[in-house]
Amino acid sequence: MYAQMIKSTGQGVKSLDEMEPEERAFQERINAGGKIEPKDWMPEGYRKNLIRQIGQHAHSEIVGQLPEGNWITRAPTLERKAILLAKVQDEAGHGLYLYCAAETLGVTRDELTRDLLSGKMKYSSIFNYPTLTWADMGAVGWLVDGAAIMNQVPLQRTSYGPYARAMVRICKEESFHQRQGFDIMMKMANGTEAQRKMAQDALNRFWGPALMMFGPSDADSVHSAQSMAWKIKMNSNDELRQKFVDLTAPQAEYLGLTIPDETCKLNPDTGHYDFAQPDWDEFFDVLRGNGPCNTDRLEARNKAWDDGAWVREGLMAHAAKKRAAKLAAE
Amino acid sequence: MSDPLFEFLCRLGDNTLVLGHRVSEWCGVAPVLEEDIALANVALDLIGQTQLWLGLAGEVEGQGRDADRLAFHRDVWDFRNVLLVEQPNGDFGQTMMRQFLFDSWHLSYLKALMSSSNEQIAAIAEKSVKEVTYHLERSTDTVIGLGDGTEESHDRMQKALDRLYPYVGEMFLSDDVDAAMVAQGIAPDPTTLRPAFDAHLAQVLGEATLTKPADDFAHKGGKTGARHSEHLGHMLTQMQWLQRAYPDATW
Ligand SMILES: [Fe+2]
Ligand SMILES: [Fe+2]
Ligand SMILES: [Fe+2]
Repeated sequence: MYAQMIKSTGQGVKSLDEMEPEERAFQERINAGGKIEPKDWMPEGYRKNLIRQIGQHAHSEIVGQLPEGNWITRAPTLERKAILLAKVQDEAGHGLYLYCAAETLGVTRDELTRDLLSGKMKYSSIFNYPTLTWADMGAVGWLVDGAAIMNQVPLQRTSYGPYARAMVRICKEESFHQRQGFDIMMKMANGTEAQRKMAQDALNRFWGPALMMFGPSDADSVHSAQSMAWKIKMNSNDELRQKFVDLTAPQAEYLGLTIPDETCKLNPDTGHYDFAQPDWDEFFDVLRGNGPCNTDRLEARNKAWDDGAWVREGLMAHAAKKRAAKLAAE
Repeated sequence: MSDPLFEFLCRLGDNTLVLGHRVSEWCGVAPVLEEDIALANVALDLIGQTQLWLGLAGEVEGQGRDADRLAFHRDVWDFRNVLLVEQPNGDFGQTMMRQFLFDSWHLSYLKALMSSSNEQIAAIAEKSVKEVTYHLERSTDTVIGLGDGTEESHDRMQKALDRLYPYVGEMFLSDDVDAAMVAQGIAPDPTTLRPAFDAHLAQVLGEATLTKPADDFAHKGGKTGARHSEHLGHMLTQMQWLQRAYPDATW
């Protein structure tokens, strides 16, 4: 998922009896499946938590342009180039919807951007991994967009109206991305020896990081319990990870590729796939800024922002002049 | 000279191929999110047009080359794009100035092609005109906005214009290929489009508070393929790499 390790108030979940009337009404509305809208009363913790979560999701879409943008100028056919470019364009659009959703909570896109660029706010760990061959465009679509969907489909029912509506639009496009990624993998897996090798290598490198996207187990986390009570988190990390493996493992088999985990097998007793946990030490290294591409990604975003400053200022100055001229004419 | 119709279609397709590639280099690093999206739109339109022009070129040639074969397996000397579109992106201002100068020519040329005696060409032109109308609107607005923005944005846009203006003239040069197209009623004589271009340019530069360079010198050699700039070869090393490295693969 694109939001990882989101901290909530840190206090346990209050019971309805412990709440003031306002908060009780708010919680009862959520319990009944109702939506909270921007003008409605909401606890400060709910608002702050959502800003962090939506902001992190938005940043992930934005930074997520980079690993795939890395291959646009090397795409092997005109059609593949167009599909990849359209996909990355969709991700920019997702970023835009999500920043808009966050803005309804009283934070501006510029503020969120500054927090991303300074490293204060995070984006998904997955985008700190490099894309090294064309097969990575397949693996990213198949696994990364695939994992994102696992988390985002339930979020279409999240309690915050603008967030839920953004998710509805985003999910349609993400499942399209996932299919396109799988299509690239099919071509590669059924291609020449070199292409098969690229496909397997991509799966080897992205399998663990894809499992990490769901975050470490949060079965006992107070943060998660609160987020679930607020319905801004709909499932536990382990639940989603299991669902992802159950869906993906047969697809890998269909492709004739091997998941880099000998223990990954269908368990006849549970009806689910067993699998090994990814390397959580590596995950925490990535979160601390020590992933293979953290430095490159932040540098690229900062450079884009700094290089673009004169453009933003220029266009704003022109708009101000036009407004002034219009006013003077009235 | 090879078949002039094939040459002519390669010119159209290579212009959109090379410029589409250049614009796609902006992916993910534009000055604002809205520009990321808009630039991707322009690149996507141009890639789509490339598929049509080069697809038709391959058909006309009749040697089994499709659009991808033409895009990914020709070397620099076989490219027929004007020099303007292979110029590097530079800063955002240079990219948008290049876009504006090209769009202005492109739209008027495509509009003329809509009444081509060749129906396939007329149909591609008609589809492209819708897209390029929007490209020109955007690039015009940006050139005006940045030209008439801050002192810095004005200076950068003037520099971009000075840098790129010597590549404008080539778009309006007429040669044997053009003459053959005019004779068959397929395409207009590019020289006839210059007065309207100049008028539009003067109007936009006026609003943008920019000054047209006094020297009308024009570099040439792109659309004939006689002498491209050094930039094109570097672009091809990236664009064609996978196809060249794995020639027996399909993607
Ligand atoms: Fe997305
Ligand atoms: Fe995504
Ligand atoms: Fe996606």
